[in-house]
Amino acid sequence: MEKERHVLVVFPHPDDEAFGVSGTIATHVQNGTPVTYACLTLGEMGRNMGNPPFTNRENLPKIRKAELQEAARALGIQDLRMLGFRDKTIEFEDEEKLTNTITAIIEEVNPSLIITFYPGYSVHPDHDATGAAVVRAVEKMPVTARPTLHCVAFSNNCVDELGEADIVHNITPVAKIKLAAIQAHRSQTEQMFVDMEEKLKNQDPQMMVWVNNERFWTYKFA
Amino acid sequence: MELVAIKQVQEAINRLANQDVYVHLETTNGAYASHHNQDFFSAGAYIRNALVRYELGKITGIGPHRVGLKLNLGWIYAEGITHFEIDSENRLLLAGHDHNGKLAVALEISTTPFE
Repeated sequence: MEKERHVLVVFPHPDDEAFGVSGTIATHVQNGTPVTYACLTLGEMGRNMGNPPFTNRENLPKIRKAELQEAARALGIQDLRMLGFRDKTIEFEDEEKLTNTITAIIEEVNPSLIITFYPGYSVHPDHDATGAAVVRAVEKMPVTARPTLHCVAFSNNCVDELGEADIVHNITPVAKIKLAAIQAHRSQTEQMFVDMEEKLKNQDPQMMVWVNNERFWTYKFA
Repeated sequence: MELVAIKQVQEAINRLANQDVYVHLETTNGAYASHHNQDFFSAGAYIRNALVRYELGKITGIGPHRVGLKLNLGWIYAEGITHFEIDSENRLLLAGHDHNGKLAVALEISTTPFE
């Protein structure tokens, strides 16, 4: 993994960082690179309430905020920003406001690499709208000043349309930290984590590949 | 949240009737339903802090339950309600959870706006 000056991660939901990119984040932190994580919402619309329920619609954001902070600690993220937007509303927000929000952070932390979702290939409307806002913000910069943009994509058609990911990080050396980050988002991941741990213990090949490899598509500006 | 206790829920509905109240209503299949099953038609609706006044409200059914509120000019209703809570702010929180504990519907009534 290339040594970066500063990494900016932009996702809409607490736990978006955990599955696809937490090994990459942990590696940058271990390399001594400062990482800023801008998380747009608190995942207010999450659906996992437990059976029997351990929380309700109004308390869930408080739980998820604490989980996000715990995940950031586990990963060693020094600069966590919660931007105060509301889950499932990003695509309906004023586009210019979103762009300006991202631009302000870029101007402040001057990242050499930004990680976000690939607009149009990231399934959840918040993911696509967040990625699109980052793309707009970077597009406004002079070509030579633009940071590299690595996008996460996982829609069913992403490989058909984008080709295979051009960046694949094997994060095996920090897999334990990644699992800790996933586990930090307990309200969202508890059910799946049991199954994951069992498969990892048995060295299930599919699960090993899924956990240990993080895929990115470098965004190509028109 | 607890499993619906009809008497308690009905009392709370009655307590909140005939005054200005803020309503949160949502139904959802989750944002990934059509990703996991491409034949699935995903639909949902959401309204937060609708300011209304209802003259009559009822919880019905043997469970999952239905809740209907009759407004001066219209209606609000939700079906699939399994759980309730009257929280520390005296708000009535109603929700329907599927067998995996995933929220599918929520109807909440408060005399002050939701955050």
